[in-house]
Amino acid sequence: MNAILNAFSDERLNPTESSARFAMRERRPNLRAHLRNLEAEAIHIMREVVAEARNPALLFSGGKDSIVMLRIAEKAFRPDKFPFPLLHIDTEHNFPEVIAFRDKRVAELGEKLIARSVGDSIANGRVVLRRPDESRNPHQTVTLLDAIKEFEFDALFGGARRDEEKARAKERIVSHRDEWGQWDPKNQRPELWNLYNLRMHPGEHVRVFPLSNWTELDIWQYIAEQEIEVPAIYFAHRREIVERKGLLVPITSLTPAREGETIKTLSVRFRTVGDITCTAPVASNATNVDEVIEETVLARLTERGATRLDDQTSDASMEARKKEGYF
Amino acid sequence: MKPYVDSLRFSTAGSVDDGKSTLIGRLLYDSKSILEDTIAAVGRATTKRGQDGLDLSLLTDGLTAEREQGITIDVAHRYFATPRRRFVIADTPGHEQFTRNMVTGASTSDVAIVLVDASKGILPQTRRHAAVSALLDIPHVLLAVNKMDLVGYSESTFKAIKSDFKGIAAELRIRTLTVIPISALKGDNVVSKAVDGVDNLSWYNGPTLLEFLETVSVDRVRKTNLRFPVQLVSRVKFGPTQEHRGYLGHVESGRIKVGERVVVLPSRETARVLEIITVDGSRKTAGVGDAITVTLDRQIDLSRGDVIVEATGMPQITDRIRANVCWLGNAPLEVSRRYLIKHLTRAVRATIERVETHYDIETLKATRGAETLRTNDIGELVIRTSQPLIVDPYWANHATGSFIIIDEATNATVAAGTVLSEPELDGGYV
Repeated sequence: MNAILNAFSDERLNPTESSARFAMRERRPNLRAHLRNLEAEAIHIMREVVAEARNPALLFSGGKDSIVMLRIAEKAFRPDKFPFPLLHIDTEHNFPEVIAFRDKRVAELGEKLIARSVGDSIANGRVVLRRPDESRNPHQTVTLLDAIKEFEFDALFGGARRDEEKARAKERIVSHRDEWGQWDPKNQRPELWNLYNLRMHPGEHVRVFPLSNWTELDIWQYIAEQEIEVPAIYFAHRREIVERKGLLVPITSLTPAREGETIKTLSVRFRTVGDITCTAPVASNATNVDEVIEETVLARLTERGATRLDDQTSDASMEARKKEGYF
Repeated sequence: MKPYVDSLRFSTAGSVDDGKSTLIGRLLYDSKSILEDTIAAVGRATTKRGQDGLDLSLLTDGLTAEREQGITIDVAHRYFATPRRRFVIADTPGHEQFTRNMVTGASTSDVAIVLVDASKGILPQTRRHAAVSALLDIPHVLLAVNKMDLVGYSESTFKAIKSDFKGIAAELRIRTLTVIPISALKGDNVVSKAVDGVDNLSWYNGPTLLEFLETVSVDRVRKTNLRFPVQLVSRVKFGPTQEHRGYLGHVESGRIKVGERVVVLPSRETARVLEIITVDGSRKTAGVGDAITVTLDRQIDLSRGDVIVEATGMPQITDRIRANVCWLGNAPLEVSRRYLIKHLTRAVRATIERVETHYDIETLKATRGAETLRTNDIGELVIRTSQPLIVDPYWANHATGSFIIIDEATNATVAAGTVLSEPELDGGYV
């Protein structure tokens, strides 16, 4: 294996002229065809699930992937109302801009949003925190599974993509969950052609990922093409941060600076938006979608690697959480 | 079927021994698709195993469940791009169950890469990969003769393997075959032909493996007739007088045009296309892969599962099909049991009338008299369905010619099937 390592020089890790040229080429018409393919696949999946599931819901957080999901839902069902409610599992540790955006978007669409919060789960004893300031991200699982039970949802649309993480790379588009909400990676239903198996026993449900085959770049190019609005924190803004474990940690009331850390003000943007306590921005000067696309093409770190404090804990943290029913 | 060729989907099947992970690692590296934190994570995992450097197999076979138990999940999807194309890799690893794995991962592939170790030549596994590629009618099979460095980059070794494999491909009626010599480990002929200025394969004049993937023409859209399976019927009504239902669906083949006469199956009622509606505006016509809503000029009793077609080149409407099936379930096929078949947008009850033949996947010989199919088996079945299906032979139309079998008791997907032509069934067609 050393031979392979040596064969790959460091130069490929740097932004190169050729990838910049690639970014330019990507704006040519064949990009349209590529996005039409991904869009049509996602619409087809959504319609299949609506046809066969008894009571679906769409997870909407105000993040860019779920914003794209709403556009797909419009393309699949308008002029009709969405045949499902939107569901937000709220950690209550969200960036206020994102929640404001969520509510604005829901109002514009005239659709129904159900919000269930991790705070309620803590209040009623379903979630017990070890430390009051710990990340609420993993605890969403309890709130989510409780909401599924409360509303008897049997299919949940999510905006997860296979390029995000290696556990996701091995997950089906229609991903079966047992009555405990657990994912069994070794016992997944084969998924062939565009035939989806949505059969389930009472109490079970499926998670459905219509954007499985999209990459981070596809998402941004679709946002550009469709002129989709996203929360402002996806673009460069000045923010107080500290550097911790190689990541930029935003300074907020939930995430104060620790002793000995130096607070700096940097131009940053968020590549992914989640719980404040575990979402880190990246240094950026991209103030519009085209500039974000350019940065995405030249990125040297994966989306989660650059931005998620929680996924670094162990190499398998996403897999472990997914098995328990995490999105 | 997907109409646009700027993205290519290919499958790789085989074990670590064939150098598959190394090949994928090299493709991902050279297209700059492996980012720094992923490399760092693979480095950490390699060190943890007590090895030096970077074990690229960890890039693709990475779940804890897999490492602990030494098993591999059936299919992982990888995405990378070069300036010419975007690629989706369906990576199907493992010695065991790889027929099942490959079928699961490769059903929509444009290219199947079959890896063979030049120092070992054609193995039973190579034959199986070729057979599955043929069963799924994957448009291109690429035989990558790997580890050329181990045979001194010998042209005669390459030619002997190529000729052996050509025989197998002909027997299987594989449509197009390309054979390329490579060394994934050393880098010869994967992305560029020469490595550090040394061309070890100077006798070879064809494309490198990546050049082939970047340029192979993908004719996903065969000249097939319109097939528009209805997914949903709209609740809202359309038209100036708000009296027309919308039929939501995805054009699987052919074209649909406003004003043209269409036939609704299985009822065989006819109507004209009134409107083709999308959120982005009305259209005059729609083609393969388009997700649209259609209205017709007259009221027809039409529901999910029905198919809108054109009057020429009609599909078969039948409650008995003859099909090749790959059994994927853990429990063997039971002729006495009832199953569900999902075909297009319709699910129907079905029983297996008989197992016609069972293929020996290594010798490719068909034997009669089998009573069942077990996991990884491929055979020909005669199936009777509780309601008619609207089918074409798989070779003519992958969408209308494919189906899955679901076990009603466990809800598991237990088989994948492709409809055969020559429906010589007594009275089976209605």
